[in-house]
Amino acid sequence: MTSKSGVISLALGLAMAGSLAEASDMETSGKLLLTGGVTSVEGAGGGGLASWATITGYGTRDEWGANAHATLVELPDYQFRAGGVSVGFHDRVEVSYTRQAFDTGETGAKLGLGQGFTFNQDVVGAKVRVLGDAVYAQDSWVPQVAVGVQWKKNDRDTLIKALGGKDDSGVDYYVAATKVLLNQSLVMSGALRATKANQTGLLGFGGGKNDDYQIQFEGSAGYLVSKRLLIGAEYRSKPDNLVGLKEDDWVDVFAAYAFNKNLSVTAAYADLGTIATFKDQRGLYLSIQAGF
Amino acid sequence: MSNLRTLIFATALAVAAPAVAEEKPVDPYTQSSANAGAIPFTGDQMLAAFHGRDGVARIVDDTLDRSVADPKLREIFHATDMERLRRTLKEQVVYLLGAPVAYTGRDMKTTHKDQGINTAEFNILVEHLQLAMDKEGVAYRYQNQLLAKLAPMKRDVVTR
Repeated sequence: MTSKSGVISLALGLAMAGSLAEASDMETSGKLLLTGGVTSVEGAGGGGLASWATITGYGTRDEWGANAHATLVELPDYQFRAGGVSVGFHDRVEVSYTRQAFDTGETGAKLGLGQGFTFNQDVVGAKVRVLGDAVYAQDSWVPQVAVGVQWKKNDRDTLIKALGGKDDSGVDYYVAATKVLLNQSLVMSGALRATKANQTGLLGFGGGKNDDYQIQFEGSAGYLVSKRLLIGAEYRSKPDNLVGLKEDDWVDVFAAYAFNKNLSVTAAYADLGTIATFKDQRGLYLSIQAGF
Repeated sequence: MSNLRTLIFATALAVAAPAVAEEKPVDPYTQSSANAGAIPFTGDQMLAAFHGRDGVARIVDDTLDRSVADPKLREIFHATDMERLRRTLKEQVVYLLGAPVAYTGRDMKTTHKDQGINTAEFNILVEHLQLAMDKEGVAYRYQNQLLAKLAPMKRDVVTR
């Protein structure tokens, strides 16, 4: 996917969201600012790298909400892009579609893949809130808990097999727990993910070192500076399945700013470690989200 | 002469009436500060952060003015005794912020049982409260501490 098609998919998503809003009598936009979180790299409502238990959009239990996002991570030797749409129903169910692109740019030539060689991956996600309330139940420590599934399909099957990956598609399962601690102005979230994915699936699934599901952890901690601004940090552990292509855990520090309920931007400094033999992949993460 | 006296008396009453807050009677209930629906803060830091009782009065009045003027909420206040609501809401907030006063209003469940408030309307009320606290200049972290007391009341306030 080129960045132009990323912009197009964002525009399409917005147009779709707009026409859906007109077609429906259901009310929208009832939730409080930022309580829907932003959109993660895999399209789920959450932080930037981590999935949360929140349901995307500003719909309450009587409403629905939707978001379109475009995300760019500029790394020293690669570029990561993602674009997609997500819809939340009744603050209960979330469905999402995101297309990710991992562009090797000039590094592609060094790796013998060719200049600008790009891995693409489709991610279809579904999430259901099963218990708890992240925002209102401030007299309880019980977090909002959701379970989710992400179907992932990569378009570089032949190369993935050549790299030692076992499959070009896979399914991740996760359980996430999220709580807003208003008394401390904090947002805390943790998730456990069962996955075989290499670099979230951009380098396929399974490998010579390991081809079984492993449980990985995703955590976010944020401080609400104002109604509009959340700053924080994230950590995401990852498998290390491929022989000779070491994979590292991911961390970032982020700031998410909501201009209003329709537009927010997230900027982060992300450390994605070693990716396909290139070390120290640290860079700027930028994501724009539009919805209701 | 007696007609004139009646007229003067009536005029005086009419002029005086707006100044005297007239609350409509409510069904009898047991008065208790527990009706405020949350355990108050201790110490005087929170009340100070809201600029004392005067600050709370300004915030509550502003919140209700914004809410009544909001087309999305107007229906809710259709049958509401605003005089009583203004007094009891000020009392409730001041009590929760730790002032040594009693809350004399009814509990949240009883008060809202016939209001038919949904989650979106509850959130709009919160947003008006946030704007009123912003206007009063209450620091955001203190705003959130009050909201932490009020948020669980959604269970009793939202009935549909």
